[in-house]
Amino acid sequence: MTGTLRFGTPQILFGLAVAILVVFVAVPVLLIFFNALWVDGAFNLADTIKVLSEPETYRALINSLILASGVTVTGTIVGTFFAWLVTRTDLPYKGAMKVLFLVPFMLPSFIGALAWKMLLSPRSGYINRFFMETLGFPDAIFNIYSYHGIILVETMYLFPFVFIQVCGALERMDPTLEESARISGADLFTITRKITIPLVMPSILSGALLIMLYSMAHFGTVAMLGIEAGIYNIPTLIYERIHQSAGSFASIRTATVLSTVLVFTAALIIWAQNKILSGGRYQIIAGKSFRPTEIRLRGLRTPLLLFCIAYIGFTIVLPTVTIFLVGGLNTYGLPISPENMTFDNYYHILFEWDLTRDAIWNSIGLGFASALITMFAGVIISYVIVKMKVRGKGILEFLGMLPFSVPGSVIALGVILAWSGKYGVNIYNTIWIILVAYIARYMAFALKANSAALEQVHNSLVEAARASGATMWQALRDIVIPLVRPGMVAAFFLIFLPALRELTVSVLLYGPTTRTIGVAIYTLNEDGETVYAAAMSGVALIIIVTAEVVVKRFFKVKQ
Amino acid sequence: MSYLKLNGIDKRFGNVAAVSGLNLEVAPGECVAMLGPSGCGKTTTLRMVAGFEDIDGGEIVAGEKLLSSKVQNYYLPPEKRDFGMVFQAFAVWPHLSVFENIAFPLRIRKLSGDEIKRRVDEALRYTNLAKFADSRPDDLSGGGKQRIALARALAIRPKVMLLDEPLSSLDPHFREEMRFEIKDIQRRLGFSILYVTHDQSEAMALSDRILVMKKGVVQQVGTPRDVYYRPANRFVFSFIGLSSFLRVRFASGGLYVDELPLPLSAVEAAPDELVGAGDGVLAVRPSDVDFVDEGGLRGVVRRRSYLGEIVDYQIAVGSQMLRVQKTRHETGPQVGETCGLTFAMANWYPLSDIAEA
Ligand SMILES: Nc1ncnc2c1ncn2[C@@H]1O[C@H](COP(=O)(O)OP(=O)(O)OP(=O)(O)O)[C@@H](O)[C@H]1O
Ligand SMILES: [Mg+2]
Repeated sequence: MTGTLRFGTPQILFGLAVAILVVFVAVPVLLIFFNALWVDGAFNLADTIKVLSEPETYRALINSLILASGVTVTGTIVGTFFAWLVTRTDLPYKGAMKVLFLVPFMLPSFIGALAWKMLLSPRSGYINRFFMETLGFPDAIFNIYSYHGIILVETMYLFPFVFIQVCGALERMDPTLEESARISGADLFTITRKITIPLVMPSILSGALLIMLYSMAHFGTVAMLGIEAGIYNIPTLIYERIHQSAGSFASIRTATVLSTVLVFTAALIIWAQNKILSGGRYQIIAGKSFRPTEIRLRGLRTPLLLFCIAYIGFTIVLPTVTIFLVGGLNTYGLPISPENMTFDNYYHILFEWDLTRDAIWNSIGLGFASALITMFAGVIISYVIVKMKVRGKGILEFLGMLPFSVPGSVIALGVILAWSGKYGVNIYNTIWIILVAYIARYMAFALKANSAALEQVHNSLVEAARASGATMWQALRDIVIPLVRPGMVAAFFLIFLPALRELTVSVLLYGPTTRTIGVAIYTLNEDGETVYAAAMSGVALIIIVTAEVVVKRFFKVKQ
Repeated sequence: MSYLKLNGIDKRFGNVAAVSGLNLEVAPGECVAMLGPSGCGKTTTLRMVAGFEDIDGGEIVAGEKLLSSKVQNYYLPPEKRDFGMVFQAFAVWPHLSVFENIAFPLRIRKLSGDEIKRRVDEALRYTNLAKFADSRPDDLSGGGKQRIALARALAIRPKVMLLDEPLSSLDPHFREEMRFEIKDIQRRLGFSILYVTHDQSEAMALSDRILVMKKGVVQQVGTPRDVYYRPANRFVFSFIGLSSFLRVRFASGGLYVDELPLPLSAVEAAPDELVGAGDGVLAVRPSDVDFVDEGGLRGVVRRRSYLGEIVDYQIAVGSQMLRVQKTRHETGPQVGETCGLTFAMANWYPLSDIAEA
């Protein structure tokens, strides 16, 4: 690159990258910090602390902590156990089990929460009613509207974070590390305890922190199951303040303070995770790959297989079936039997009702547009960060880290502050504000996929093109872009697929005609239209699963 | 008197016979190297001895103790066999200090703290690791890690050490140094070694006997001298050291390479059954061929290259090529010159004996 101050292609790219990150990510976040920490134009930490010590705010903070800790502990135990089972033992059908354990990753947890509400709400849940009406139990056997209920449902959807990490570590681990413990005289139990678990501990911890990060900022499950019992966490309280109090100054302040806490917690978690990943990861990768010795489960083989099948049946099949069946009922609460079933709900949702039809097209359109825009923005920014030597790159690297630690509710709130007319542009209540928020929300995914792809492209390839007489743009167009295309395709789908099932951001931003699929389900459920909420969820599941399968099959995208 | 006995071991993976009918006895204090091309079943054999693989036939015995038996369907698990084992990729545990790595097998055996300390210190001394006791393995070089693995295997004072290409991940310089150290420690402690390697010079330098395998079948077991100078078949000949082959026809008028006569004075006589068959293969080491001015087998020098200490010749004999190596002090013919060849040492094999692995 030219070392002069000439204003050339590198500077244009650099400026563009900074501009994108500033407009879409930095400004909203700074506005939140500003609103949280400044009162009447003066820095006022005392007032911020006062907001935090209000009982409801304080309670939400504690709840977020309780729920996130609970989910992290249970999710880590469940994830580690299943990972060990499918990689290290002679469990039958391990391969199929491994795939099935990853299914919750592609399902939206708020749909799961809706299903569990229909099964285990204290009075009308089908399971509770079965126990009370048929078996004569005096009380509901389980109340899903509780800390336990929320932790249970979140665990079902978040344990794959640990499962994936630990599976990867166990599969890559050199089996002779365990074999040399065996030949030293240790039995399998001792080896697992003293060698295997300590060696994969960095992976377990890093997966656990991902669960924690996700759960802290999680909206859907807590909103579906907590509000009934008065349990608010940070994101649901932000939602409640913004929606219920119609944007009063006090409620905005509470929301921004909570958001600030969330951003700092997330940054702390990400920092800890990077620390573990860079410092603590041992060199345990096998040089020559043998088939690792499997632990013989012997008598436990069948019981453990049945346990896995029961787990999958209970956490994946049962909620899914419930959604589809309830979606087909004439009226919610009727027994599930053929004479009460109809396809009318599905027909109504797909072909007659504007609200749901719009929601489907909104989600697809938003997913497509945000994926496309973010993908290209991601390429430019990653290119500058990974490949270019320009002054001031440090700023860009810092800005590039930002999207990773900004949770959805925070983005949404920041976007409201920035784009509601106060600074000249008002797109509040339009579809554009959701698009803007999605771009900020998913920038992290695009940066990750594109940087990974770009790091594979060696500098000498570009230099050779430049040496052959190509300009920077030509080198970019003819050499770099074709080589990073797989990364771009990955980025596109890593954004498109989650955007289809998004709720946290859009629920804070939707207007009368700009519901997304997630918002439609959420509001239908809030309005007591349980049957339509279920039917809509059924349709959403079909769309999401079809998209996932098509993408996996035809594009081989790894998540 | 032998300690470790492998009697008629078979092992199959699906339809692949990884090891067939393997017999081997290892005496106390003896070092036996298993040598053979990739995939011939060396690792599998070692892992059956260690107890990581079941066997499909035969039995393995150590001293009076039965380890594996197909007939009795009996398998002593690896943790009960009291062997020391060193793996190719070191397999030292990165989360434990050097001291704790070595102490691990002793702690499993519930030895007293003092005894553990004494034995670990001893193992550290033997392997020159004393000053690294409190280091993390990842702070040591590859050679250092391999020493930890060796010390850990030594700590239980095993009667038998199993080593699977223990030096192949080290760079050549370390490899030679470690080779002598292993030999030295073995001499002092007197355990037996079963040693898997790809590297024939390693096998020659370390072992009392070498076992050469091909596709799961033992080709020869013998001292390094035996396998080098009296290879049991053409495969062993070509696998150990450099080799060169000439097809020879036996006719009533004498021996011929293509149409060129091979004087009887130039080579050891072929065994009668080969002469009866009408043709055979003359196998020679390139360094065992001598140039003579008069007589001998006539050949033309096609290529002559200096490889430092030695000079390497490609010599056309009729339509066949022969490789010859001489030290740089000896004078030899130039490219294009015709020369006479005699064979100081040679082996005869039937034509049907295929050399390839
Ligand atoms: N667990 C296994 N499952 C199936 N086949 C196996 C297994 N282990 C080894 N084999 C096969 O058995 C044969 C012998 O393998 P082995 O690893 O013993 O060879 P080796 O002599 O140690 O080779 P190398 O020099 O490459 O280490 C090979 O054909 C190999 O593919
Ligand atoms: Mg091997």
